[in-house]
Amino acid sequence: MNSIHDIGGMDNIGPVNIEKDEPVFHDDWERKVYAMTLATMGAGIFVTDEVRYMTETIPPRDYLTFTYYEKWLYSLEQMMLQKNVVARDELDSGRVTAPEMAAGIEAASLERMQYGMNNRIPVFVDTDIPPKFKTGDEIIARNINPLHHTRIPRYIRGRRGVVGMHHGIFLLPDTNAHGGPDKPQHVYNVRFSARELWGEEAPANDSLYIDLFDDYMDPAG
Amino acid sequence: MAGSSHRAPLSDVQLRVRALESLLIEKGVVNRETLDGIIDHFENKVGPHIGAGIVARAWTDPDFKARLLDDASATLAELGYTGIEGSHMVVVENTDRIHNLVVCTLCSCYPWPVLGLPPNWYKSTPYRAKAVRDPRGLLKEFGLELSEETEVRVWDSNAEIRYLVLPRRPQGTEHMSEAELQEIVTRDSMVGTGLALLQQ
Repeated sequence: MNSIHDIGGMDNIGPVNIEKDEPVFHDDWERKVYAMTLATMGAGIFVTDEVRYMTETIPPRDYLTFTYYEKWLYSLEQMMLQKNVVARDELDSGRVTAPEMAAGIEAASLERMQYGMNNRIPVFVDTDIPPKFKTGDEIIARNINPLHHTRIPRYIRGRRGVVGMHHGIFLLPDTNAHGGPDKPQHVYNVRFSARELWGEEAPANDSLYIDLFDDYMDPAG
Repeated sequence: MAGSSHRAPLSDVQLRVRALESLLIEKGVVNRETLDGIIDHFENKVGPHIGAGIVARAWTDPDFKARLLDDASATLAELGYTGIEGSHMVVVENTDRIHNLVVCTLCSCYPWPVLGLPPNWYKSTPYRAKAVRDPRGLLKEFGLELSEETEVRVWDSNAEIRYLVLPRRPQGTEHMSEAELQEIVTRDSMVGTGLALLQQ
């Protein structure tokens, strides 16, 4: 979806506000929103791509004014509603009126979460599909404008790049954010020159590196 | 009441969080022990000190550095520096002619196991907008001016791979131990918005 989250390259957003000696969280509610999001994901209620998409659906005027964890709170509330874990009236009142909605869900234990926070859990997909590209290939980032979740930002679409590192096979976020079907695809790092992206005024030697799925590219003819 | 010791009323956001938390706990979807453990992990255990230790070791141990640059995921996992948002890692090296900068333009992806949670500026729209468009101008906002000859490489971490910058070892640190070196490696130097510097 071409919404405000896809903000790479936009001008006039303002200066970067750098806070000295910034704490990890600024308020207790931020801690809770963060931990509840990880714990509900750990309970298997949703996956990262789904909650990323939820954040992308925040209307642009709100996206630009919400604090970071207000975005997380919005997304978590929406996720819990969409997954039928809580009802709207429950969120409004804070009182459980539909206990049966979350029947079947088992809370993630601390032990389970600690395993995930301390162990390598690759999200590679173990399947044997041939890669469409190889290191050194020249590609053109596809000019696609889906209304669903995608991880190909606007600022590279239609631009020519060169394939570098091959990362392995992962699930395409475009379908993984929407309940499937699973689309395992190869992911590669691709280099775009700054001039290809921003024109001749960009510094000649600077470049942008980004990770792209097979479905995000065509061979440069 | 003015002058009283009563706490300010809870904000709308605080009320929403309180409602959601009590619902999820009462329904058995989350439990408090798990929530507290997650908070403790990200507030007290992981953080830039881990990345700084990795950098200091890479500066003093050429074999480790070579393995880190060749396969960061496996090399860091062997040391236990891995987990959610850090199972797929790539380390990129700054040199006298290359400067690397990491961003996530679409959201806020960041290597949690080695740097902890990102600062607000990293997650902010101004940083995400400018990093890919005008990295040199952005770096000036951090007080870092690069020469024209320096090649700037911006890494937009839009998939599941997380990037860590290996900053340059400052001159004049040849006598320093690995533990001393760890102290001069800043968080910003591992994102690419700063340099590792000797204290003034």
